[in-house]
Amino acid sequence: MVNTAVTLCGIRLDNPIIPASGTFGYGYEFAQLYDINMLGTFSFKGTTRQPRFGNPTPRIAEYAGGLLNAVGLQNPGADAVIAEELPRLRQVFRKPVMANVSGFSVEEYAETCALLAAQEQVGWVEVNISCPNVHGGGAAFGADPKAAAEVTRAVRAVTDKPLILKLSPTAADIAAVARACQDAGADGVSLINTLPGMRIDLKRRAPLLANGTGGMSGPAMLPLAVRMVYQVYQAVEIPIVGMGGVSRAEDVLELMLAGATAVGVGAANLVEPYACRNIIETLPDVMLRYGIHDLNDIIGGAHHG
Amino acid sequence: MKQTTFTIVQNTPLAEGIYRLHLQGDTTAITAPGQFVNLKLEGFYLRRPISVCDWADGELTLLYKVLGRGTEAMTRLPAGTRLDVLTGLGNGYDMTLSGDRPLLVGGGVGIPPLYGLAKRLRAQGKAVQAVLGFNSAADLFLLEDFRALRIEPVVTTADGSAGLRGLVTDGMAAAGPYSYLYTCGPEAMLRAVWQHCGTSGQFSFEERMGCGFGACMGCSCRTKYGTKRICKDGPVLQKEEILW
Repeated sequence: MVNTAVTLCGIRLDNPIIPASGTFGYGYEFAQLYDINMLGTFSFKGTTRQPRFGNPTPRIAEYAGGLLNAVGLQNPGADAVIAEELPRLRQVFRKPVMANVSGFSVEEYAETCALLAAQEQVGWVEVNISCPNVHGGGAAFGADPKAAAEVTRAVRAVTDKPLILKLSPTAADIAAVARACQDAGADGVSLINTLPGMRIDLKRRAPLLANGTGGMSGPAMLPLAVRMVYQVYQAVEIPIVGMGGVSRAEDVLELMLAGATAVGVGAANLVEPYACRNIIETLPDVMLRYGIHDLNDIIGGAHHG
Repeated sequence: MKQTTFTIVQNTPLAEGIYRLHLQGDTTAITAPGQFVNLKLEGFYLRRPISVCDWADGELTLLYKVLGRGTEAMTRLPAGTRLDVLTGLGNGYDMTLSGDRPLLVGGGVGIPPLYGLAKRLRAQGKAVQAVLGFNSAADLFLLEDFRALRIEPVVTTADGSAGLRGLVTDGMAAAGPYSYLYTCGPEAMLRAVWQHCGTSGQFSFEERMGCGFGACMGCSCRTKYGTKRICKDGPVLQKEEILW
């Protein structure tokens, strides 16, 4: 027998697997495929105060190591999430869910956080200060420790529920941003969001995505995520949700050894709808193969001295 | 939706850049013509969405056009290759609205799903008419298959090398009166058909997709009735809801 349960900001997860925001909708599509109660939890689609259509299409492109997306925070808005999505989710998911929140001003972050954190089903609020696909918001707050701290303080003021700040790999010093979030009252950090990239259509001689740039995700991101989780682990005491290119149980162990307490799975859900179920089912055997009986024993285990 | 393994029986060229892929596997998740499948290809991260041309118990036929490196790689897959497939994706055409004399209008690689629809409408005894548009005589495909259903398609080619010279809208003028319209093809064609269409109808759209099953919001479009996902709420939209 092995133990896969971990504790994320005071809430127990049966296993560390968390489908990442933007790859799992509000849970409903996947609940038709498998029992999503087997997940640790999941982070729902990035939600803003007002409904957003997002960017024009094409929003999706491919590269050898994954995909680029420029969805641009399409979502029905916080009111509709509370009125429609959460009641529907309650029918298929009985665990606390992670609410992912985005905004274009500090005030908007606070307002949306307050609304969603007040919902009984919401266990954690993941505050996305790293979306690369919208202008005037998102990543602008995550690029700089001061701005990140300002958002953190504003959302801290409106809820006692665990707050996890989602960080961008574009920050000049991601460990400094993580520390600023911790010092401003964050309960955890999650990293990494996607990395801005671009593909150019050779026939049209123009960017493939209507938005020009898009966030890169997929297996190519794993080494970047491992490096950044490793660096952030040395800089903060709060738990880390590690993510970036995870597609199998071995990747989960790698991010946990780097310092993650829980692990997000993103792009893999889109090409392999059963990715999270497969990871959870294979995790115990893979743990034993590496002599691991309790996942808690390996968090940050790659740091020596 | 179902994830299952299909085995390639045959993978042969039909016309310039158009291939027919005959597969064997579990087709139980396919419930309507106009649905699509999403194929995993070795060496490519995203799956390739391909419309269902025809299906039967254990048999699946896809027609695909070589458009990029993925579909180019598909042409080299030999018989016996096993493919990881998500099947039964999208809503497909609603046949209950067809009336007695439905008109099917297809352009290029938009034609294959209309064949599966025509076959099922004919099985219901409907007097199906078809207008099929191509660029030139070298591109023609599926005509004999339509004829085998006792449908004589009105063919149009842009260069006039076969059938009527012109666009499918010119072909629509040559067709008889119709009770309802079903169409699939490039967006510019769909728009022209929408403007010419004198009845209600259903229009099948194409968009670059991430997942193909409604999770990523990669293929969203605006409609009169709110935002829809081409992969999950479509690819077939009702004429009345389309915003151009």
